[in-house]
Amino acid sequence: MSKLVITDLHVTVDTEDGPKEILKGVTLTIKDGETHAIMGPNGSGKSTLAYSIAGHPKYTITGGSVTLDGQDVLALSVDERARAGMFLAMQYPVEVPGVSVSNFLRTAKTAIDGEAPKLRTWVKDVNAALQQLDLDPSFGTRNVNENFSGGEKKRHEIAQLELLDPKVAVLDETDSGLDIDALKTVAEGVNRFRAREGKGVLLITHYTRILRYIEPDYVHVFVDGKVAESGGKELADELEANGYDKYVSALR
Amino acid sequence: MTVTTDSVSAALEQTPTHERVDSHLHPEGSFDVDAHEVPTGREEIWRFTPLKRLKGLQADAEFMPSKTSCTWNTPAGARIEGVSGDEARGLRGLSGLVPNTRWAARVLAEVPDSLLIDLPADTELTEPIVVDLDGTDASVTEAGHVAMRFGAHSRAIVVLNHTGSSTVAAVVEIAVGDGADVTVVSIQDWADDAVHLSHHQARVGRDASYKHAAISFGGNVVRMDANVSYDGPGGSAELLGLYFADAGQHIEHRIFADHTAPQTKSHAVYKGALQGEKAHTVWVGNVLIRKVAEGIETYEENRNLVLTDGCQADSIPNLEIETGEIAGAGHASTTARFDDEHLFYLQSRGISEQEAQRLVVHGFFNDLIRKVGVPSIEDRLLTTVEAELAKNVLRDPGSLAAFAQEA
Repeated sequence: MSKLVITDLHVTVDTEDGPKEILKGVTLTIKDGETHAIMGPNGSGKSTLAYSIAGHPKYTITGGSVTLDGQDVLALSVDERARAGMFLAMQYPVEVPGVSVSNFLRTAKTAIDGEAPKLRTWVKDVNAALQQLDLDPSFGTRNVNENFSGGEKKRHEIAQLELLDPKVAVLDETDSGLDIDALKTVAEGVNRFRAREGKGVLLITHYTRILRYIEPDYVHVFVDGKVAESGGKELADELEANGYDKYVSALR
Repeated sequence: MTVTTDSVSAALEQTPTHERVDSHLHPEGSFDVDAHEVPTGREEIWRFTPLKRLKGLQADAEFMPSKTSCTWNTPAGARIEGVSGDEARGLRGLSGLVPNTRWAARVLAEVPDSLLIDLPADTELTEPIVVDLDGTDASVTEAGHVAMRFGAHSRAIVVLNHTGSSTVAAVVEIAVGDGADVTVVSIQDWADDAVHLSHHQARVGRDASYKHAAISFGGNVVRMDANVSYDGPGGSAELLGLYFADAGQHIEHRIFADHTAPQTKSHAVYKGALQGEKAHTVWVGNVLIRKVAEGIETYEENRNLVLTDGCQADSIPNLEIETGEIAGAGHASTTARFDDEHLFYLQSRGISEQEAQRLVVHGFFNDLIRKVGVPSIEDRLLTTVEAELAKNVLRDPGSLAAFAQEA
């Protein structure tokens, strides 16, 4: 089972002029096996939501709660959140010089599982995961995200998703900057993950394009730090036709 | 040209005569000890070095009978032995070195014997020459001279492995013959009380490849000057350095790539980590591109990773260019703490903060260790990095957490 409950989440970020509130009361529940898409214009706070849930030190939680299967996520350190079953696929994955992909994946898997994976099956699993995402097996010897193309970075994030097998995945604009073939490859990876039992997905995106390949159960329009409207996948079609204007102008 | 010299004057004659360059990078040298003042610490080349901890090595400390054992292997084809008398004197200045410090002039003038590593032309060694220098008494001030002569088109790896307790001033002279391919690795893995002042001077022959790696972990004060000049066009020098300074340690590395010939290359990469109160590292990277040195390429970089509070890393690249006709010249220097974004990315995959820091430090050094390119010492270097980390970063999560909050 996996149930992520976000209740009235308020988050600030430090700026030169003091703290600035980015999230202004986000409430959202992702139940067992559900995929939720969060759509919104630039600067609406979508990425802040993703990074706050993962525990990035840049953001300060000033109110509200996040629980995963009843456990207080906000009380956990970044690595404890991951071990509790959270995963964040980042919009801009970070280069880690000198650390090979294979060493990184094995270290992460060991940390998540609490024991080292069995060597033989692990190598097979890694090669299969890389192959399914059109990544060459030699990818393992490269340094994490160093000199990766934009597409390789995103495919590497999804390979990690499949290998680390969290309960809930937050995908932060995984579709941005991908050409159509790479988008399909990434979407297939996400769909393989969703096909596993009880997995939750929070899909953050600016564009409706990816929703053609990853069909959400719910769509939320995110404006000015909170959910402005929620609905089924038909809401995405409406956004496709009319854009965010109606929500943004309502703010003025 | 083969590199053989019979005397200091012969060596001097072989040194190509260059236009005088008005540059602080290379004050005029002299073999005459009295031509060098005892340093006061205010001189540019001494201003970072804690002279008081050198036990007089920089000045006039007696060079006593050695308490450092010196052993080596002799791969077939190489001649390695201690020589004395005229033969030893004839090796002084073999590298083109004209001392610019009193202590180096004293070593050349006063040390009666030399360790000679001699490789005839066209000889290719399949195993490294490893010279183990193991000190037994840091209260004895001593000095040594090592001469390495690699004939044309020869190929060799030499590892100088320093361990134990010692207070030593050492001049290492290296002549790399035309077309030769030579790697010299110097590992300073001293005990905590060692004091080590060294000058490694190399002359690189036409179309020769020279790699020098300075690896410093142990010792109270370790200062090494690793210099290189070129005998002819096409020579290339790779100057590598890896150091890890703990509380109270002073580790100082200086390089000087003197581009004395056209179409030559120098590439320097020095990386260091610092941890603990009063850990101090210094890197000074001097590159001089002389008028004659057209078409040369040089790049030097120094990166320091500061692991705890209370450390100091000084990093100074100096580039002097006397000709505009070059293929490329650049430098980079960074001194930083752990990158929060690196740690966040690793931790977001379930990896603990400590383990993430360990990965980042290993990653910081890994590429460099691979560049050294001596498989037999790669594992040892990785193990030593691990042991250094265990002293501090991995030992006390409490203090680290406090450090991370501050950062």
